[in-house]
Amino acid sequence: MCVKKELLVRPIEHGTVIDHINAGQALNVIRIIGIAGSTGSVVSIAMNVASKQMELKDIVKIEGRELSSKQVDKISLISPDATINIIRNYDVISKYNVELPEEITGIVRCNNPDCITNSDEPVASSFTVTKKPVILRCKYCDHIISEEIAEQLI
Amino acid sequence: MSYSLDHVISMKDFTREMIDEVLELAEKLEPFARGRPCRMLENKLLALLFYEPSTRTRLSFDAAIKRLGGSSINFGMVEASSVSKGETLADTIQVVSEYADAIVLRHPKEGAARMASDYSSVPVINAGDGEGHHPTQTLLDLYTIKRESKLEEIDIALVGDLRYGRTVHSFAYALSLYGVNIYLVSPPQLQMPQHIKSDLVHRGITIRETNNIEDVLGKIDVLYMTRIQKERFAEQSEYLAVAGSYRLGSEMLYSARENLIIMHPLPRVNEIDASVDATSHARYFKQSFYGVPTRMAVLVKLLGVKI
Repeated sequence: MCVKKELLVRPIEHGTVIDHINAGQALNVIRIIGIAGSTGSVVSIAMNVASKQMELKDIVKIEGRELSSKQVDKISLISPDATINIIRNYDVISKYNVELPEEITGIVRCNNPDCITNSDEPVASSFTVTKKPVILRCKYCDHIISEEIAEQLI
Repeated sequence: MSYSLDHVISMKDFTREMIDEVLELAEKLEPFARGRPCRMLENKLLALLFYEPSTRTRLSFDAAIKRLGGSSINFGMVEASSVSKGETLADTIQVVSEYADAIVLRHPKEGAARMASDYSSVPVINAGDGEGHHPTQTLLDLYTIKRESKLEEIDIALVGDLRYGRTVHSFAYALSLYGVNIYLVSPPQLQMPQHIKSDLVHRGITIRETNNIEDVLGKIDVLYMTRIQKERFAEQSEYLAVAGSYRLGSEMLYSARENLIIMHPLPRVNEIDASVDATSHARYFKQSFYGVPTRMAVLVKLLGVKI
């Protein structure tokens, strides 16, 4: 007997599919991309989908959008295994894995209120990044961010 | 091998070889710290930028540059400077680095010295950034141990607030380069964070923990006392109870090794009773003096003077 597989969300014509998002992080990815209720684009979100690679994953599909490198860096911090698929005429024309940068500047706020980067000084926050698990260490005050990184995204 | 230093911001920037070189240089400079005339840093101008009060650090840097024939400038009270008009630290540093040959900075914000080094055209020395680093304190503590005890294969107890005081964390890291045995003595709520303890163990040193200072007094060569701060406790009564049990009196030293030295970064409040001052173990005032040759060595290194 043949089991008919149904797509959870329909394919998109032009845009971006972000796959292999850590389960539970899709809404943070939406926030990173800057999608709000008034954006107007077609956005599909699937959460806690079964996955061969990662047990459970989230997926986000956005019509008519491509991501900036800053947005991809932010996604890599909360979902280091995410893949980005660029879609044209329903075809995947490009697919790549996000890559955790070794250093990030100006995309995460230091969670130490006494850090010099949280003052009126003209200095951007900057972190060195270690992988698996993702740990950020502030270049200035040495504080470590290892949990709830999404909360600190600028 | 000789190395060059651009700035002195954190002990993490130092290797064991670099520390040894500073300590050896401090020893050579000690006669000048005691007053032998010297013109090694003649015409060198050191800017002392203290955004927070300081006695020992500020005066010992001032003494160090002047004893070596140089001079210093400072902006006095923060209230009387452009800082009170809202000038950023970044701007102040850019201005002052055009006036002076090196800058000593103490600032309430963590990471201030690292940021200052990004904006300065001359070397920056971190003289304390909030709860952050204070590398010349660690260097002078190591120098004190080298001069008054020995730096290798000793047993040392770190006592007091081991949780929040990050200078004690960088001191512990620096000690780990010298293969010492460390006893951590603190009340449960002020214990050294787990990740630092694991780092130290990975570096191959032995750590033992207790909350009773008398457990360790007969087993150590160096007793390093720190201040327990009132603001770390929610209740005044809790603070008083803890502070009382971490007070060292001369009557407690009956079991101490003959060569035990007692150190404290000062100022002390009441962690060490004045009766300890007269014992052969007290070294905290000498430790304060050693701040001068140690800071002389840092200045000589940073200003690239060969001796």
